[in-house]
Amino acid sequence: MQKIYIFWLRQIKKYFRSKSRIIGSLGQPILFLLALGYGFGSVFQQAGEGNYLNFLAPGIIAMSIIFTAIFSGIEVIWDRQFGFLKETLAAPVSRLQIMIGRTLGGATVATFQGILVLFISLLFGLELSSFSFIIPAILVMFLIALLFTAIGTLIASLLEDMQGFQLIMNFLVMPLFFLSGALYPLDNLPNFLTIITKINPLSYGVDALRILLTDNGHFSLSLDILVLSVFTACLLFLGSFFFKRIQV
Amino acid sequence: MIKVKNLSKKFKNFVAVDNISFEVPAGEIFAFLGPNGAGKSTTIKMLTTLLKPSDGEMTINNIDPVKDPKETRRSFGIVFQDPSLDEDLTAWENINFHGVLYGVPKKVRKERGEQLLKLVELWDRRKSLVKKFSGGMKRRLEIARGLLHHPKVLFLDEPTLGLDPQTRNLMWSYLKELNKSEKTTIFFSTHYMDEAERIADRIAIIDQGKIITIGSAEELKKQTSTESLEEAFLKLTGKKIRDEEANNVDRMRKFNRR
Repeated sequence: MQKIYIFWLRQIKKYFRSKSRIIGSLGQPILFLLALGYGFGSVFQQAGEGNYLNFLAPGIIAMSIIFTAIFSGIEVIWDRQFGFLKETLAAPVSRLQIMIGRTLGGATVATFQGILVLFISLLFGLELSSFSFIIPAILVMFLIALLFTAIGTLIASLLEDMQGFQLIMNFLVMPLFFLSGALYPLDNLPNFLTIITKINPLSYGVDALRILLTDNGHFSLSLDILVLSVFTACLLFLGSFFFKRIQV
Repeated sequence: MIKVKNLSKKFKNFVAVDNISFEVPAGEIFAFLGPNGAGKSTTIKMLTTLLKPSDGEMTINNIDPVKDPKETRRSFGIVFQDPSLDEDLTAWENINFHGVLYGVPKKVRKERGEQLLKLVELWDRRKSLVKKFSGGMKRRLEIARGLLHHPKVLFLDEPTLGLDPQTRNLMWSYLKELNKSEKTTIFFSTHYMDEAERIADRIAIIDQGKIITIGSAEELKKQTSTESLEEAFLKLTGKKIRDEEANNVDRMRKFNRR
C-alpha cells in the first residue's frame, strides 16, 4: 500500500512542481471557451439549442482531462528514456503495484486539471443546474481520467520513444475529442458519425458531465457510468498486461 | 550466491551473451572485466530480472530470476551503468522513494540515508532537484541510493564511470567495509584494470559474449605470463577497438547526462 502511495505521490509532486505545465495546459481550454463558446453562441441560440457555453463547458472540461490523463500515462516513456523506469522495475514491487500507483497519480492530476477548468468555465459564465452535483461530477471526472491514463500507459508500453507522440495526438487524442459530442449535440448527425460517437467512450464521459453540471444529456446517466466503468476496467487490465511485458 | 549455467541472450541480429557459466560464492567480490559491447550489461540485466534470457539457467541466492522475479528483486541491489534518477525529484526524495520500494523501515531510511548522503557529500544538497546536479553528483547519488537497503548481493554496472579518484576511493572503501561487516556479495563490471585488480577477489574476462577466463588477478597474470593485469587483458582480448551501437534511447541518455 505504501508502495502504491509513493508512486501516486511522485506524480502529484511532479505535477505541482511544473507550474508551466499547469498554466500551459489551461491555455487551450480558455481559447476554446472564448473562441467557440462566445463565437458560436448566437448561432446555437438561434437554432433553438439554448446557451452554447453551458453546452460546451462540460466538453472542454473533459478535453482538459483527457489531454492531461493521456500525457500522464505516456510519461512512462520519459521514465524509460531517463532511465528511472529501470530503477522501479528492478525493485521488489509488482508491476501491477507500479501501474496502479502511477495510474491513480495521473488520474488525480488530470481530475485536478478538470476542476481548474470547471472554475474557469464558471468565470466565463457557465450556469450550473445545481451546486450539489459538483461532487458527483468530480467523481465522473476521476473515472474519465482513470480511463485515459490507462490508455496512455498502454500506448507508452508499446512505444520505444517520444517520436510516436505526434502520431498519438493526431490519430487518437484529437479524434477522440472531436468525435465525442464535446463540441456539438449528438442528435441528427450523419449515420457514420453517430456510429463513431457511440463507440467513443469519451462521448459517455462528456454526456455524464453534461447531465450532472447542466442537466442536459443525450444518453442516460446510468448508461454513461456503466460504459465508462466497463471501458476503464478493460483498459486498466490491458494496460497492466502490456506494462508487465516491458523489458529495458 | 550467484550461479549461472550456459546462459545466452540473442537479440534479432546478434548474440550478446553466448553460453556463459560461472559461480560466485557468498561474500565474494567478483569483477566482470571486458571491452565495450562484451555482454557485461546484458548479463547483469538478465541476473537482475530486467531481461529474459534466450537460453540457460541462473540463480541468485538460490532463487531463479525468471521463475520468481519478485523474490529475486528482494535479495539484490543494483547501481546501473546509465542514469536512473528522477530528475524532477530532490536528492532526498530519490533516496526515500528507493527506501520505500525496498521496504526499508522509516527510521533506517532516515539514519542510513543521512549517513550515505554525507558519505557522497550530497547531504547539503539533499533538498535540491536532481536536474540541477552535475554528472558526477548524479552518479554519487545513485551509488548512495543503491546502498540504502543493504542487499545480500550488490550489482554495480561500471559504477565508477566518470567519478573522480576521491569519490572512487570513498566508494570502494565503503563497499569493502560492507562486504566485510555484512558479508554482502559484490558483483561489479568495469573496464578499469586497476580497480578490478585492487578490489576483486576473482575476475572474469568476457569478450564478444563469451567468458574467456576466470581467476584472481595473480592467476590471470600467471596464466598469460604477463607483468600486469592490463597486459594480461590485452593478450586475452586482442587490441582491436570495439564499437558499441547506440540506439535512440542511449543517445538520449548520453545527451541528458551532460
